[in-house]
Amino acid sequence: MSTTESFQLVVLGGGPGGYAAAFLGADLGLKTAIVDMEENPGGVCLYRGCIPSKALLHIAKVLHEADAARAMGIEFGQPRIDVEAVRTWKEGVVRKLTGGVGQIAKFRKVTFVRGFGTFIDAHTLAVSLALGGEQLIHFDHCIVATGSRPATLPMFKDVARVLDSTSALELREVPRSLLVVGGGYIGLELGSVYASLGARVSVVEMMPGLLPGADRDLVAVLEKRVAKSFEHVMVDTKVVKVREDADGILVNFGGASEQSIRYDHVLVSVGRKPNTTGFGLEKTKVRVNDRGFIDVDDQRRTNEPNIFAIGDVTGDPMLAHKASHEGRVAAEVIAGHKVAFEPNAIPAVIFTDPEIAWCGLTETQAKERGIDVAVAKFPWGASGRAMSIERTDGLTKLIVDPKTERVLGVGIVGAGAGDLISEGALAIEMAATAADVKLTIHPHPTLSETIMEAAEVFYGQSTHVYRPKRS
Amino acid sequence: MIVEVRLPEISENVDSGDVTKVLVAQGDTVAVDQALIELETEKAVFEVPSTAAGVVAEISLKPGDSVKVGGVIAKIETEAKEGADASQAAPPPKTDEAPQLAQPARESEPAPAPAPAPKAEEAPKSSAPARAPAPAQSAPAPRKPETVAARASAPPAEEPTADSIRSTVVAVAKDSGAPAAASPTVRRLARELGVDINQVRGSGPSGRISSEDVQSFAKSIITAATGDGGGRGAAALTPAAARALPDFTRYGDVERQPMSKVRTLTAQNLAYAWTSVPHVTQHDDADITTLEAARKKHAPSVEAAGGKLTMTSILVKVCAAALKRFPDFNASIDVTRGEIVYKRYYNVGIAVDTERGLLVPVLRDVDKKNLVALSVEVTQLAEKARNKRIMPDDMEGGNFTISNLGGIGGTSFTPIVNAPEVAILGVSRSAHKPVYNNGSFEPRLMLPLSLSYDHRVIDGASAARFLRWVCEALEDPILLALEG
Repeated sequence: MSTTESFQLVVLGGGPGGYAAAFLGADLGLKTAIVDMEENPGGVCLYRGCIPSKALLHIAKVLHEADAARAMGIEFGQPRIDVEAVRTWKEGVVRKLTGGVGQIAKFRKVTFVRGFGTFIDAHTLAVSLALGGEQLIHFDHCIVATGSRPATLPMFKDVARVLDSTSALELREVPRSLLVVGGGYIGLELGSVYASLGARVSVVEMMPGLLPGADRDLVAVLEKRVAKSFEHVMVDTKVVKVREDADGILVNFGGASEQSIRYDHVLVSVGRKPNTTGFGLEKTKVRVNDRGFIDVDDQRRTNEPNIFAIGDVTGDPMLAHKASHEGRVAAEVIAGHKVAFEPNAIPAVIFTDPEIAWCGLTETQAKERGIDVAVAKFPWGASGRAMSIERTDGLTKLIVDPKTERVLGVGIVGAGAGDLISEGALAIEMAATAADVKLTIHPHPTLSETIMEAAEVFYGQSTHVYRPKRS
Repeated sequence: MIVEVRLPEISENVDSGDVTKVLVAQGDTVAVDQALIELETEKAVFEVPSTAAGVVAEISLKPGDSVKVGGVIAKIETEAKEGADASQAAPPPKTDEAPQLAQPARESEPAPAPAPAPKAEEAPKSSAPARAPAPAQSAPAPRKPETVAARASAPPAEEPTADSIRSTVVAVAKDSGAPAAASPTVRRLARELGVDINQVRGSGPSGRISSEDVQSFAKSIITAATGDGGGRGAAALTPAAARALPDFTRYGDVERQPMSKVRTLTAQNLAYAWTSVPHVTQHDDADITTLEAARKKHAPSVEAAGGKLTMTSILVKVCAAALKRFPDFNASIDVTRGEIVYKRYYNVGIAVDTERGLLVPVLRDVDKKNLVALSVEVTQLAEKARNKRIMPDDMEGGNFTISNLGGIGGTSFTPIVNAPEVAILGVSRSAHKPVYNNGSFEPRLMLPLSLSYDHRVIDGASAARFLRWVCEALEDPILLALEG
């Protein structure tokens, strides 16, 4: 038994990119549906990614601040952690958010089809419904927004006590010791959570430093903190062998830190893989490249003219805000508008403590590509606000074109860097010069002043930093 | 030996094309002149033949890729030529084509007396590509943004190192220059107007581009386009200033298809002609009763020569004669210089209806060819146009166009002048009609002709004379010999 329904726009996958696309599609007058397995839209981001991890990181932050208050003369005593209550609270946050998005879908008259959609041809999806049965959906246009999943390592295939980001966020228990394989943002964020809840956390990274891709001076500030909160940080090191027994997992390392150590649990966070197989893409002309990503043009159109793709399936960076922007572009294109995905800055944020955030050109990229840039740095030690919250472990820097004085990139490490970076993104998108940033009054005393002062540093005129003029 | 097949010079003003089909795969054996890819340029879709015979060692193009003139289409491993060439003492310093690939191999050879100048020149060339891969390997794997170039060097994602979060500077990555200094709304405006934002000069501080800058740039393109009459400027703009469309889906299902290059170009050219050429269409009927009988009689001998004697090929010949007699019709107008360009050659285009749209191949020097040769050529060109083998060159240099819809039907129509030409002849379906002659009606086979012309250059009386002359030449072909 199957029924057929027709839509002008069907979005396959209800993550932040998918539902943003569907909602805008509906706002632009298209008869729209979302197909997703979960009860509500939200995807990995809301259910088992950004949102739950940030909820748990908030707990980590509260614990740290309570501890740091001791230096300011406040003593709370030893915190008592009820892991079950923490989990319930976190799940409540997720439920509220996803439920809210589901409501908004209803208000907008976006049909939410709960099930697994498979392409039959370039105009039809067969949805195996979550509550049983099958439904055929005919569409004029489809946006593939099926996202990504954690990448796995074969050597951990048969290890029972191995976690990935999804299971780590479920917070079933807090192990006594945890090894994080992969020093990227997911590993460091989740490692921080478990460390603050009492686990002894170690990190192993194959590359010479944590967070490959981020500028080293930003990472250095984080590394200082991580060296204290984590038990062991091994870079230039590989996991060579793992053996699980009743007492835990014995891990042999090779490279810079050659040794064997036993852990209760291992968290594998070595990146994510796009979900581009197993749902009939081969029945269409959609082209998947050798890295598993769907090839799209700047309007996010695939090789099949009426099928678009957005978000993690289209390539790096795999970020929710990139996906939702792409989703909105695709929806506009489908509604007949002449637009394209053409950002000059996609901000990246790592929600560790301190946070690291950057957008536009990084110093590393400038070097790699031989682009001549001037870098202006403002250390947070010179910020009154940073001092008053006991967080002088921060740095704000601007990457500026020395000829036009345009701001090409912004990098920030420090408390709340993720919220501060938006100003950088706006500056880059608006093609602001360092002078524009310098001449914009920033409120005092705030951490946002560090961006203005970094611009002043570029002109050798920072109020709170004295640097003799370069000749 | 590996030979690189490169995209040859296609035609004037065309320096690149988009791959629409890849016709061979790695490992295929190809012959010289065998088609490797199908390429679409602004002017045509055609197949690019191989210049070498052998096995395809590499063809990395995909449909949608853009290739520049001189760009490598495929690498072909030619058969054991080396053995043969080895007898000649020094094969290596052959042509400048002997690519970098050959270099390392040669270096390991004992030492053929160190080659002089050419090798020294090649040395930096070959060391450059050698340097390029090195940083790519030492660089942390997932650092490059998603450019096409990155794909080739990206190591297989076998062993991901860390979550690959990173910001991407999309525009910067494209050409190492900074992205256009324009805000997102200004960039959107440019896209809507079909303007390449990178070409707009900003008037703000540090060259920041305002919406006014984009608008005035768009205006300047339009003015330039109507000024030089070439229509090339107009090509930079996408279809004429489009108005917002209603939401058709409110009334029923619709399907959207991207416009093909041929369609886009046709739209641009016709919109330009329609808005810049003051059109008038003159209609007349030619009595072809006698001609039709002669055509049938001579058709077999033309067929034997490999062509088809059709009304179109006869009209091509007749029109060339008419162009000679009425030079105003064999002209173009140069508005900017206030001059009329009279051409001393007689090239006639014929509109061909193909799968991908309207194409107009051009027959050259029609006045110097006889009807048999012309008939063969018309047949061949039409065939080429339909089989995607037509080259941009085949469609350039026309002075006058004939559009024959008679095969389909109709009694008359008003064709649009194929600017910068100044006239076009539309041909409808011939039919028997009663013609009053010496006190009675006789059935005559009448051919309806419609001549559209550029009234800036051609007056109504001239047009009437031109068309009447064409009709009379059809009625009494001896006129061709007498006056043509």
